[in-house]
Amino acid sequence: MSATTTQKRGLGTVIWDYMTTVDHKKVGILYLLFGGIFFLMAGVQALLIRTQLITPENDFVSAGLYNELITMHGTNMLFLAAMPLFFGLMNYVMPLQIGARDLAFPFLNGVGVWLFIFGGLLMNSSWFFGGAPDAGWTNYAPLSTQSPGHGVNFYVLGLQLAGAGTIISGINFIATIVLMRGPGMTYMRMPLFSWTTLVTSILILFAFPAFTIALFLMQFDRMFDTAFFDIALGGNSIIWQHLFWIMGHPEVYILVLPAFGIFSEVIPTFSKKRLFGYTAMVFATFLIAFLGFMVWAHHMFTVGLGPVANALFAIGTMAIAVPTGIKIFNWLLTMWGGSIKITTPMLYALGFIPSFTIGGMTGVMLGSTVADYQFHDTYFVVAHFHYVIIGGSVFGILAAVHYWWPLMFNRMLSEKLGKLEFWLFFTGFHLTFFIQHFLGLMGMPRRYWVFLENQELDLGNLISTIGAYLMGIAVIVLLINVVLSYFKEPAPRDPWDGRTLEWAVPNPTPYYNFKHTPLTRGLDPLWIEKMEGDGKIKPAEPLHDLHMPYGSILPFLMSLGFTIASFGFIYQLDGPHGRILIYIGMAFAIGCMIVRSLKDDYGYNIPKEVLEKEDD
Amino acid sequence: MKRWMGKFKALMLFTFLTILLAGCGKENLTALDPKGYGAEISFNLILYITFIMIGVFVVVMVIYTIVLLRYREKKGQENEIPVQVEGNTKLEIVWTVIPIILVIIILIPTIFYTFDLADTSEASTSINVDVTGNQYWWHFEYQDEEVSTSQDLYIPTGEKVYLNMISSDVIHSFWVPTISGKMDVNPENVNTMYIEAYEEGVYWGKCAELCGPSHSLMDFKVIAVSPEEYEQWITDMQNVDPEEVPADAVAQEGQDLFQNNCMGCHALGSAPSGVGPNLTNFGDRTHFVGYLEPTKENLVDWIMDPETLKPGNKMTGTYDVTEEEADKIAEYLMQLKPSEVTPESAGGIID
Repeated sequence: MSATTTQKRGLGTVIWDYMTTVDHKKVGILYLLFGGIFFLMAGVQALLIRTQLITPENDFVSAGLYNELITMHGTNMLFLAAMPLFFGLMNYVMPLQIGARDLAFPFLNGVGVWLFIFGGLLMNSSWFFGGAPDAGWTNYAPLSTQSPGHGVNFYVLGLQLAGAGTIISGINFIATIVLMRGPGMTYMRMPLFSWTTLVTSILILFAFPAFTIALFLMQFDRMFDTAFFDIALGGNSIIWQHLFWIMGHPEVYILVLPAFGIFSEVIPTFSKKRLFGYTAMVFATFLIAFLGFMVWAHHMFTVGLGPVANALFAIGTMAIAVPTGIKIFNWLLTMWGGSIKITTPMLYALGFIPSFTIGGMTGVMLGSTVADYQFHDTYFVVAHFHYVIIGGSVFGILAAVHYWWPLMFNRMLSEKLGKLEFWLFFTGFHLTFFIQHFLGLMGMPRRYWVFLENQELDLGNLISTIGAYLMGIAVIVLLINVVLSYFKEPAPRDPWDGRTLEWAVPNPTPYYNFKHTPLTRGLDPLWIEKMEGDGKIKPAEPLHDLHMPYGSILPFLMSLGFTIASFGFIYQLDGPHGRILIYIGMAFAIGCMIVRSLKDDYGYNIPKEVLEKEDD
Repeated sequence: MKRWMGKFKALMLFTFLTILLAGCGKENLTALDPKGYGAEISFNLILYITFIMIGVFVVVMVIYTIVLLRYREKKGQENEIPVQVEGNTKLEIVWTVIPIILVIIILIPTIFYTFDLADTSEASTSINVDVTGNQYWWHFEYQDEEVSTSQDLYIPTGEKVYLNMISSDVIHSFWVPTISGKMDVNPENVNTMYIEAYEEGVYWGKCAELCGPSHSLMDFKVIAVSPEEYEQWITDMQNVDPEEVPADAVAQEGQDLFQNNCMGCHALGSAPSGVGPNLTNFGDRTHFVGYLEPTKENLVDWIMDPETLKPGNKMTGTYDVTEEEADKIAEYLMQLKPSEVTPESAGGIID
């Protein structure tokens, strides 16, 4: 098969192709597709929450349903939307940026994506099996261990599966970046997005195992009558908070560092200027990641850890402001003296700088222990983390979607609709969340199903809800833009006048990525060739046969097996049918592993002669 | 450019207007108008950091604005290539060192007051109250006084009151924004904090840690009265006779019904805390169930159908009374007013 013979195929063929794919680009698109679906679901949940809070003492949803909505909104957004959307972008773009043909372990990549997809579907299926988890996305014990029904079990098993996929992908990204950079692509020539992919993956590798353990302990407590979090039997519920936030705080950086990477690509491209202080940017990224592990207890200032612990964690927390500040100023100075072109991705980058600065400032305020005694668990915190997660991560994702859309889907998104979407989203976002800082200080705790009449909280909540609807409309505009783009002409090659290697491949991206292994001559290799050469990347070696892996259905089946077993675990207390499911599912998954281990899969070669006929 | 800035300005103006309109919030609930020691310290620190942070924001926005005004791509110069600057060590040192200095000047008062607010050295000579958080109500026991009450915590003004807090079920968090910051109420250990109210008043308290469906309805009050009135209240509460028979016949029937149906969970007088709130001074409550106007209709509604008014509570289905009986019980409960000192002594609840 060659790129030129890629014709219209039946829907069945396409679906089968994606189910069996081990190609990093298609896996990336799977991540984007399902991350996008979970993003939309979590968005609808957010709108339901805001609708409930549009007036005081509203009864649009019941108290129990409200707690399920906030839990699913948070869990979906963080674990099943934001993170997978970044994974999709990393999967697609990072190998192209470093001149690699695929990730280090293509088969494992397939396992990772299907574990995420099945984990996410498992958790969201809880709505149809007697109710969703309702103990908040933080799932604090003992509220979670005492939560009736199966809801929290779905949280535990769903995130366990998705989390395994996350760790697998993290390892894969690290191995790829360490081992598979193209000739001349030294570490200090790597684009910032690839750098942040590496650092994010390291964070995942160290942070997620703590959560895996926490989830296992929770599973044992809820399903096998252990007492890790049961105080009456000598357990300790605070342990859950520690384990959760040891993952939960680095998770914040897992979500925001890739966005930093994206803006470090977008801003230089549309300022026509190389990134200011590249080395400082790289070290700031590392510093943020390193400090990110020493601050988890700032989520627990009111737990009663004592003044010594609180003071130490306050120091750590505030220290993070320093490398983050360095980044903000470096971006500003990148634009300084440049030639700024306002496109949709650049608009998101420009919207990001003030929004994220506000989020960072409130972060410093929260880091001050004594001030936090007032902020903690109020709408001030809600405002703060939405400024960071939306103003940072979501703006980053939206910038990247507009920026890399022509690379990934061979179509341009409409700039007109894109700008409309940005303004709706930006206005809606600030309307929703700015006022919430004040709501919190005016006495509105977070996770409140209703707020009472006559407490002067009405106006703020109304404004907030209106803002949320605007953001909803913005997302609809994006969807329209995506649908319309399908009917457009193919995008030109390198439409943004890019600087990095991913823009050197033909459109659509050939399934083998690079015909010739590309030679990197410095930071921003494509820009260097545009300035000093003929604008084409030099081949590092003569054309030769390319070795490619075969696709496989095994990652899909393996993940399906684990999902069946997970259903079994969730229902094993209800009778023998649960236990039977465990055995069936595990046997099936392990069977797939045995098949994979015993069957030799040598892959195939694309002969040189075929490649010669292809575009450069 | 003009268009962009116009929109941004309009947005900022709009937000500031809304804040002005909304004011600082309700005066006995907001943290922005502190009337107690902890709240005052937190508020001062919030103002101090906000001031520094606005300074930083202004610097960022000035550079940002200059960049956007001066370095937009100009018509006819699309093909010009700007100078590719690698960096500037001096500048980078400046914006590393200045934030470090700012962080240090924020940290010094932060750490000082962290230790100050955790200081328990005066606890043994002060009023100590054992606080128990329950789904979804609060219990208060005054140490060495043999006084118990629920939902409304009476304290004297101008004195530190130490709260020793534990939960009987899941994690709660004790927060009276106008007087003090919050502290979690854990099931496994006693957390101690102190509060001090400067002025008399009835202050709203809220649970700030998700504790189940009725988390948002777990409100309570702190009633700060003058030290003399506080002494009076303690004496009155100590002298309560839980068996005292009310004067009118309806309330007497209500008392019988109460003793037969409710005493299994609810206590009167200083009896140890039960499954449900202590009702000794129920007639003086500022609100019923934490948030309902203290009217008899509301109380009867509550007795007849607690699940609707407070989903997930532990009272639903533990007794069986008719509406008529509930009415009599309500009549009895509303007459439980053992003290001259009431929320009205502190100025009453502000509506």
